[in-house]
Amino acid sequence: MSLSSAREQDMTGSAVASRKAYEVRSLRFRYQPLSRGAENWVLDGLTFDVEAGEIFGIVGPNGSGKTSLLKLMAKVLGAQAGDMALFGRDLGAMPQVEVARTVAFVPQESPQVFSFTVMETVLMGRHPHHQGEKWSAGFGWESAEDLRIAEEAMQYADLTHLAGRSVMDLSGGERQRCMIARALAQAPQVLLLDEPTAFLDLQHQLEICAIVRRLKEERGLTVVLVSHDLNLASQYCDRILMLKAGTLFRLGPPHDVIDVEGLRDVYGCTVLIDRHPESGVPRVTMPQYRAVKNSGNSL
Amino acid sequence: MNLTTGSLPASSDHRSCENDSGPSQALSSAGKPSLSVLTARRWTVVMVPLMLLSATLLLICVQFGAQWIGLGQVIDIVEHAFREGSVESEQIGTAGVILLQVRLPRLLLGLLVGACLASVGVVLQALLRNPLADPYVLGVSSGAALGVALAILLGIGSTVFALSVLPLCGFAGGLLSLVVVYRMALSYGRLPIHSLLLAGVILNSIFSALIMFITSIMEPNRSAGTMTWLMGTLTAPSYPALAILACYLMGGLFLLLKQARRLNILTLGEESARSLGIETEQVKRLVYLLSALITGAVVSVSGMIGFVGMVIPHAVRLMFGADHRLLLPASALIGGMYLMIADTAARTLLSPAEIPVGIITALAGGPFFIYLLVWRKDRFA
Repeated sequence: MSLSSAREQDMTGSAVASRKAYEVRSLRFRYQPLSRGAENWVLDGLTFDVEAGEIFGIVGPNGSGKTSLLKLMAKVLGAQAGDMALFGRDLGAMPQVEVARTVAFVPQESPQVFSFTVMETVLMGRHPHHQGEKWSAGFGWESAEDLRIAEEAMQYADLTHLAGRSVMDLSGGERQRCMIARALAQAPQVLLLDEPTAFLDLQHQLEICAIVRRLKEERGLTVVLVSHDLNLASQYCDRILMLKAGTLFRLGPPHDVIDVEGLRDVYGCTVLIDRHPESGVPRVTMPQYRAVKNSGNSL
Repeated sequence: MNLTTGSLPASSDHRSCENDSGPSQALSSAGKPSLSVLTARRWTVVMVPLMLLSATLLLICVQFGAQWIGLGQVIDIVEHAFREGSVESEQIGTAGVILLQVRLPRLLLGLLVGACLASVGVVLQALLRNPLADPYVLGVSSGAALGVALAILLGIGSTVFALSVLPLCGFAGGLLSLVVVYRMALSYGRLPIHSLLLAGVILNSIFSALIMFITSIMEPNRSAGTMTWLMGTLTAPSYPALAILACYLMGGLFLLLKQARRLNILTLGEESARSLGIETEQVKRLVYLLSALITGAVVSVSGMIGFVGMVIPHAVRLMFGADHRLLLPASALIGGMYLMIADTAARTLLSPAEIPVGIITALAGGPFFIYLLVWRKDRFA
């Protein structure tokens, strides 16, 4: 009911000129250089846009810079060069809190060593909206509205029955849903997901994908997800960005990005590609009789 | 940003009742609202009894010692001292001197030191995301002790503006070891538990060697006192000194409490915390500085009292949950009570001789540490 209001407000206001959630220009990034002079760029000159309201997939081999890119988009990391705009505003110049009111980030792993309850964890998502009053941001009580929004986010992720459970006692799928609910409690316009289905069994993968789909359709959320699973990306993403060693290899709808030649070029192995029997999107299958060194990430 | 105007189609028909009774209804359907969310009411329900319990315990502990002073006598002495407005020996007698100049200030110091050690344990555990963190185990206490011992050796333990510079030397030493441990244990942006413990062990042994060297070159009579202090001993302070220390330490604890919500979020990990709008570097720097300041001051008055910062937060989390808004003040009070009891035992077990209280807390806390490391490591390793 209210998670989407921030988006609506923004849409009617300043955002007419920026239907694009992200505009990324010549982005370059590296972690601390390991040796002087070594040109070890993780991302090297990326330029692309993310449209508002689309599901945008980022795929590529291990070490191609997928997760780094997602963290840059969440402003968890900072780039060395290039520009990034979030709904037309310069991301680099936005305070962390304002980014957090617009963008929610769910990391691949969220280990918790203390026994916070699910409800407490989801309520942490309200933090960026407490920043108004300095005291309450550090030591205050949740408002009725915070509780309502958290409750709603938990319903969305089907967690309501686990509200009082410690997050340490959750299964992998429940924990992932808990982190998504926490992200929803942020009332974001953009949701960034890093490998949302990694380590999950089929049923839980489907649950997560259904939540993502509903968020796009019912709330118009922009979703950017990083995945190893090409079939998942193909099935659920409107557009896919394929990275190759930190550069843009291809960008477009699944059937433009995923083909035999492209995958051979990027992943260095030949796979079978046919059509998904229901949706008709490209489907990647491992070939028979071939000593493929990659472990079975692409099903 | 107005978050109430928007509405999902599925639930918009419930909006009329949401403004007043919505949250409680929704929560009651969720099961146990009182346990899953910390409210001001629950906070008060826990904190007020804890405060009363601390006061009661103070009254009980003050009766114990080489000489038993019963409750009736205690009340008489306090009443008399109030009437006279003095704690001088002529007015209140020998029992009065023991009670008001030795036991009471010493117990209050124990309450304060225990509260500080437990609180520093809580915040270090949150920042390092590790329930085994403790200023003693990580070598922060021994760093602070080194700073203080060095100051004593160089003879700069004199007072500046009525405030001893020893706490500042302790702060410098504590901060140094915190930085070194952090740098040593950090690998690929993570702080693995075993690296942390190992870094603490290494620092502890280096600092212990240096401290022993310093005490060995001191004059014999000073070195004996320094050794006793190092083992963790509470000595009765004068009331003005106690008041200054209390203001300083309680100010620090208050500033830590103001970070309670941010500490909650930092337990999700730094990247998650940053994505929730927290300037993590700023918060971490502030909390580490406050921890070192508090530990430095505590070590300079009471030496190395170990494991309080690990045992107490663990127990309090089991009792009251992990939310730092309650965990921090509850740990402070329970840590204070714990040290009052431990110090009373230190004074009475071998009466009239005294055991350094640090020995008692180490004997109680060490096995608990082993228990956590061996049987509960699946929870955090």
